[in-house]
Amino acid sequence: MSTDSRREKAARIRHLLDTEGDAVESNTKGFNAGRYETVADLDDYEGTKDAARAIKEDAIERLPELVEQVRETVEANGGTVYIADDAADANRYITEVCADEDADTVVKSKSMTSEELEVNEALDAAGVTPVETDLAEWVLQVADEAPSHLVAPAIHKSRESIADLLNGTFDPEERLESAENLTRFARERLWEDIRTAGVGMTGANFIAAETGTMMLVTSEGNARKSALVPDTHVAVAGVEKLVPSVSDFHPFMELIGRSGTGQDVTSYISLFTPPVDSPTLDFADAADVPLSEQTGEREFHLVLVDNGRLDMREDDQLKETLYCIRCSACANSCANFQHVGGHAFGGETYTGGIATGWEAGIGGEEAASDFNDLCTGCSRCVDACPVKIDIPWINTVVRDRLNRGADSDAFDHLVEGLTPDDDPGGVDVQKRLFGNFETLAKLGSASAPLSNWLASSRPVRSLLERVAGVDSRRDLPAFERETLVDWFEARGGSRVARESAKREAVVYADVYTNHVLTERGKATVRALEALGVHVRVPSVPSSGRAPFSQGMVSTAEANARRVSDRLGPLVDDGYDVVVVEPSDLAMFEREYEKLLPADEHDALAEHSYEVLEYVYGLLEHGGDVGALRDGDGASVDYHSHCQQRTQGLEGYTVSVLGACGFDVTTSDVECCGMAGSFGYKSEYYELSMDVGEDLREQFAGDDALVAASGTSCVEQLRDLLPRDVTHPIELIAPR
Amino acid sequence: MPQALTSEFRDSLAAHSATSSVVETAALSDALAERLDGPAVATPLPFAGASLDDLPVTLDPTPAELEAAEFGVTAAEFAIADYGSVVLRMDTAGTEPVSLFPETHVAVVAQSDIEPDAEAAFEALDGAVNTARASAVIATGPSATADMGGLVYGAHGPRNVHVVVLSDR
Ligand code: SF4
Repeated sequence: MSTDSRREKAARIRHLLDTEGDAVESNTKGFNAGRYETVADLDDYEGTKDAARAIKEDAIERLPELVEQVRETVEANGGTVYIADDAADANRYITEVCADEDADTVVKSKSMTSEELEVNEALDAAGVTPVETDLAEWVLQVADEAPSHLVAPAIHKSRESIADLLNGTFDPEERLESAENLTRFARERLWEDIRTAGVGMTGANFIAAETGTMMLVTSEGNARKSALVPDTHVAVAGVEKLVPSVSDFHPFMELIGRSGTGQDVTSYISLFTPPVDSPTLDFADAADVPLSEQTGEREFHLVLVDNGRLDMREDDQLKETLYCIRCSACANSCANFQHVGGHAFGGETYTGGIATGWEAGIGGEEAASDFNDLCTGCSRCVDACPVKIDIPWINTVVRDRLNRGADSDAFDHLVEGLTPDDDPGGVDVQKRLFGNFETLAKLGSASAPLSNWLASSRPVRSLLERVAGVDSRRDLPAFERETLVDWFEARGGSRVARESAKREAVVYADVYTNHVLTERGKATVRALEALGVHVRVPSVPSSGRAPFSQGMVSTAEANARRVSDRLGPLVDDGYDVVVVEPSDLAMFEREYEKLLPADEHDALAEHSYEVLEYVYGLLEHGGDVGALRDGDGASVDYHSHCQQRTQGLEGYTVSVLGACGFDVTTSDVECCGMAGSFGYKSEYYELSMDVGEDLREQFAGDDALVAASGTSCVEQLRDLLPRDVTHPIELIAPR
Repeated sequence: MPQALTSEFRDSLAAHSATSSVVETAALSDALAERLDGPAVATPLPFAGASLDDLPVTLDPTPAELEAAEFGVTAAEFAIADYGSVVLRMDTAGTEPVSLFPETHVAVVAQSDIEPDAEAAFEALDGAVNTARASAVIATGPSATADMGGLVYGAHGPRNVHVVVLSDR
């Protein structure tokens, strides 16, 4: 990416932060908090997610069969099924139905699939007026704007901006101000369209192949009206919406509202088995004829859209996208999304983390290239997703494919020597630089302090910014001349003999702990030894987190191989692996599943521990807390790491700090905003600081000690607060 | 147990901004009479002894009457206690429009038709769909929107929902 396009991107993000950021933030954070609250009320949240996932896996596996089945059942019920290959095909069919019905107006309820088809444009071109009846969609139609969220498409608009829009467009007798009046105005206007429309169009959240029943999850009642009032109902849905039977709807009904907007259930869950038995309603020509004597005839068309989906089904990596029920949890739980919304973090139609899968599947990888980097891999969406899609992985895969497709950059030779990765040429310079941090760190330590002086010098910083987009407002990591591994060797290895040890552990000297934040590594060694552990600190290759997050999957895979070759034998020999950096632990436990053979991944994952998780275990098994440093009631503001929280490991740190006598306050933001290299990139620096502001606000009010588990979080907090930031292990390790 | 389910159901209704009352079938007509103080439309109630005959409600309404009505009275096929939902069948009598157009929907449900949870409800629905190709809506509280910059009840559907539980049915 050129300096100019970085600047443009930064300017665009800045503009969205200023104009839409506040509305998006308060709405998504509200949804996200609601999710946490409402899923906690489920008796068996994890089991329900597993059930939902299993239904989707099975349905996508048997998709061709379900398509045939639903065609038969819908036709036997008296409706029609049309399988549309692509958007043009679907639109042609829909406009033909409208022509057959002589419809001037089509009333629509909210459907992202119809946005994907751009059916409104097709209808307009055919002389049919499409009217969005979902209030948010209607606002966007009036404003001529694109959706910014899967479930609440006008989430970026404040009440004031909606009022200005409607007052300006319709010039009502009395100025509209309150949400109440705005709603009433819209309802009355839209009712005039609904009562006489020739065709009603809806989406479908799920379709049961066995009976041809569709489940629609709504709140306003417009979908009910759109399906009920016009005699002709056209439902448009992606083929992936098929499930076997109505009883399969159940887990989704429990999950979809809670996961999305944090509601246990939305007002209406309609189960349509069209043509429905409800009497037809002719408000225009038979308004005085009782329901029982209405003579209209109901007609139903189900348009099942392929548009790339059947190819996605054959794509081992993108296939999972088809399990998505478009609940929006991955957007609401995403710190970046909370700040910029779907107009930055989204493509033509879809928004949030999973948009990468949808847009790439429908329009090709390029369709996701503009926003894909906004997924930092923090993984906070992973637990939130009701069908357990590994959303960060889909983002990584698409990034990798984009890297492979890109042309070699003119500046490549500048960093080639510094970046001995296994990925093909064409990877962006910036990505290469960050992806090869291990090599830089080795050089940095070897030539410290010169490397640090050099790195902080103005010419070097401006070169870095120009060539690689490394923002000069960030301090670069300062490399220690003595690495952790060297220090350990110099002190003569472990001070607890293996024979007399309670346990044996390898402390994993990740790149940062080995070259930059060595104090936390030394503290780890001292704390473990104080609890009777025989420690080793061998030199082990980096986990591959850095290249992985740049989408350099081959390089990450090669790293995984080397790590497993090095640590595997030690694990076999009875060593535990203690990991300080949470993002590296997440590599071992989560990402390596995709990069290593199952048995190697299992062995490493099973024997790896986050350092405070390990200390917690030692204390639980008779370790003497008195051997650790006494907090003496001191207050600590603690920020756990995003991936650490996804793995459910935050509690151990809080508990150990408490046991050592610290008074702990924890943050509740999803991510610090730095997210590895993300906050260093000049195009994202401001977004990163905006996200970080949430964290600053949580800790700014006191002068407690500040602790964070992740390197990125430490760096971000140091930029945000005028206080020093340490790793929790440094607080409890004996000096 | 039915009482316990009823009270759970009523708590859930309240949590979803709906009101409720419990009456014996013989007292239903009076209870409704008190409530319906405007033009009302209805679909027939299938409960033995429950009649709308003495009430100022229009059965088998016209579209114009549907549009003008302030109250819509329908039966609920069953209810879901832990969600506070009523399950309304899209039948030929017009339960769907009668429950949808007027500002206030009054649903009448037999106490014995209160299912404990959604799982039981979906089992029942699965049966009805399989045997009769039925359509239904699981309605919970009033229609609502947050699309206009604040939570508003009464979006395209009813603004008020009241559920009458028949304690002897
Ligand atoms: S990927 Fe998962 S969390 Fe995101 S919208 Fe789809 S179902 Fe919801």
